[in-house]
Amino acid sequence: MKKSFLFISCDEAKHICDKTQYGEATGWERFKLGLRLSWCRFTKVYSKNNNKLSDAVQKADINCLKATERKKLQDKLGQELTKHQ
Amino acid sequence: MPKHQIDPNNWVKLYSDYLFNYTITRVNDREIAQDLISETFLAGLKSMKNFKGEASERTWLISILKRKIIDHYRKINSNKGKAEVRMGYLNNEEAEGDWLEERVADPFDKTAEDTLVNSELGDAIYDCLEKLPEKQAQVFKMKTILGYDTETICNELDITASNLWVIIHRARTALADCMEKNWF
Repeated sequence: MKKSFLFISCDEAKHICDKTQYGEATGWERFKLGLRLSWCRFTKVYSKNNNKLSDAVQKADINCLKATERKKLQDKLGQELTKHQ
Repeated sequence: MPKHQIDPNNWVKLYSDYLFNYTITRVNDREIAQDLISETFLAGLKSMKNFKGEASERTWLISILKRKIIDHYRKINSNKGKAEVRMGYLNNEEAEGDWLEERVADPFDKTAEDTLVNSELGDAIYDCLEKLPEKQAQVFKMKTILGYDTETICNELDITASNLWVIIHRARTALADCMEKNWF
């Protein structure tokens, strides 16, 4: 069995960890991440902080404008700005 | 010389998301929130000469927005009072006894304290987001807050999926560090 088949690098583990936050990691990727998490201190810290951030964003229930909505605001302000200049 | 300068050309880019988040938690309607922000910007333009530069531009805009939100509620409350329909539990015999269950406190209901903490948490996240490079903040917001899928963001911003994940990784690392210092 090739080592890279099952064991992943720290960077790859972080990448999978990011994808996991958005539910985009496959089962196999999550398995490899779990394996890495069992022994790598750095991946563990990264994963812990990443999860904390996701929890905070979810808890805060923050909102932001969509691109179209922002453009509408910009256009409206732009019109007023030209009037003021 | 004033500590802060005013530049309306950057208002939408720098503050629209923050103001929107502030407003939507208070009015709970996207359209109304956008209207109020738009009115805030216009009022800001008109009273630019009153800006002394002692507070930041964002604080100054928030103070205008607060007035706009209060005005909004004053306006709807004066209309609402006329059309309000009062419902009483005793009026409906079929639903007799239901009120007991309905009036039990919901443990998952947010208390005023929860709302306040969440609002402060939202402010802390936005403060950290403002420190990110523009592209990172934009991608993070689209992916995490708006919940767009990877393909949509890649098409809209003309970037590859691997580019997107690199940007997301940098944004998340910087945000987690910032939140660690300021919140956690």
